[in-house]
Amino acid sequence: MTRILLIGISLAFLGALLFAPLAMVFVTAFGAGWQAWFSSLSDSDTAAAIRLTLTATAIVVPLNTLFGICAAWCIAKFEFRGKSVLLTLIDLPLAVSPVVSGLIYVLLFGAQGWFGAWLQEHEISIIFAVPGIVLATMFVTFPYVARELIPLMQQLGNDEEEAAITLGAGGWFTFFHVTLPRIRWGLLYGVILCNARAMGEFGAVSVVSGNIRGMTTTMPLHIENLYQDYNITGAFAVASLLSLLAVLTLIIKTLLEWRTGIRHR
Amino acid sequence: MRWRREPSVIPGFGITFGFSTFFLCALVLLPLSALVAKGAGMDWQRFVAVVTDPRAVASYRLSFGASLVAASINIVFGFIVAWTLVRYRFPGRRFIDAIIDMPFALPTAVSGLALSAVFAANGWLGQYLEPYGIKVVYAPLGITIALTLIGMPFVVRTVQPALEELPRDVEEAAATLGASPFYTFIRVILPAVLPAMLTGFTLAFARAVGEYGSITFIAGNIPMQTEITPLLIIIRLDEYDYAAAAAIGCVMLAISFAMLLAINLLQLWGRRRVSASARR
Repeated sequence: MTRILLIGISLAFLGALLFAPLAMVFVTAFGAGWQAWFSSLSDSDTAAAIRLTLTATAIVVPLNTLFGICAAWCIAKFEFRGKSVLLTLIDLPLAVSPVVSGLIYVLLFGAQGWFGAWLQEHEISIIFAVPGIVLATMFVTFPYVARELIPLMQQLGNDEEEAAITLGAGGWFTFFHVTLPRIRWGLLYGVILCNARAMGEFGAVSVVSGNIRGMTTTMPLHIENLYQDYNITGAFAVASLLSLLAVLTLIIKTLLEWRTGIRHR
Repeated sequence: MRWRREPSVIPGFGITFGFSTFFLCALVLLPLSALVAKGAGMDWQRFVAVVTDPRAVASYRLSFGASLVAASINIVFGFIVAWTLVRYRFPGRRFIDAIIDMPFALPTAVSGLALSAVFAANGWLGQYLEPYGIKVVYAPLGITIALTLIGMPFVVRTVQPALEELPRDVEEAAATLGASPFYTFIRVILPAVLPAMLTGFTLAFARAVGEYGSITFIAGNIPMQTEITPLLIIIRLDEYDYAAAAAIGCVMLAISFAMLLAINLLQLWGRRRVSASARR
């Protein structure tokens, strides 16, 4: 009896909060048929937003992956003073409000910011331009790969790497042939999560982008523009693309968990 | 104190430590110090005037109030969901378990847009609330619902492992000794998962206080009524009042640090309790 009651409460809670909105996205997006969906996405501003999101992600994700691997190697393989400071700094962006994350870059590179005058003199625009969007996205998403790898590498230990080095292997050889094969699934999950968050970031990007249509609007910002124009079908069409990305991310995550038997948080 | 490391045969400490530290300094420390410097550089009286402006105070009240309510809803329902997933086997359980993480992967703009459509007066769920005069969209209730969705996985994912580790024989022993299910829950289960529940609560609350994306769609942004603190920062920025935006930003940053400290202390407490019960 309790069992049925509790399962029922859980399903009702998740149904109202999770399933209904997700179903709403796809029903509204495809409600007018495939053709309407496709034509809303091929609108020139929408196409520009999709291109910008893809460009920013293509810059952010590789850099954050590189950082994540470096930070994880440094933290998991060595014992040194100040390690907990480094760990706290890595976690910091997750605790800071996205709006504050955008604000700090405005204060640094904006017209009244620390480097504002210098940038204006050299005619470099960062705020209200693509570099600002890239920086803000990078700030918001850089913990993901590192946080995925650090516990995994700590758990795996150093024995195999030490054996390889002692037997005469070089550092790079050891990384590619000993470490990478053991961390590849965790790394893959970190990368796809970082990718999903990078494509979907709203708050930080909205502060630095200036929302110039066709120029500095990313997909999430474009959803807001279309919504304010009462173009509901258009807004939901873009939302459906991002939802598909989220669903795909979860499917890959679940497959990885089944394959490796390790749960990711 | 010297920044020395213990000897190791593994190479690459210098380059990985150097790169990580440089990346963190350039991307995190430098911009954050720009915010703190801007706030500290302000005239103290102006700083106080900006952060205690009635509109700002109303926004703190809303942001904190809605986040507290949302985290409290999550602690109750999140526990029930985690319990259901850990203790019961039913069709679709693995699917539900996988989809809990949806709010982590779903862009906040999408969840805000979808929730505002579902709870609109003519929406799927809003139409049943409308006759009772319950207004969700453009009202504090909508903000609370959006924040509940955002915080839900934090509570479920911290309580779930704690419940999995809870030995079932303790409950059985309590039941055998004549304890009622309610008494067993209050005296046996709850104390064991309390640190995890509080950690989840704090994580959900910390995430909710700063949330912006999903709220813009459902809140309607009416000054003094449905205006959250992050939105107020954006409004000040649009007015080119960078100092005021930085001052409110400093308040939010201080809250973030306090939350981070609370989370670390709670996790420490949880670990201590686990190791203490293991010694016994």
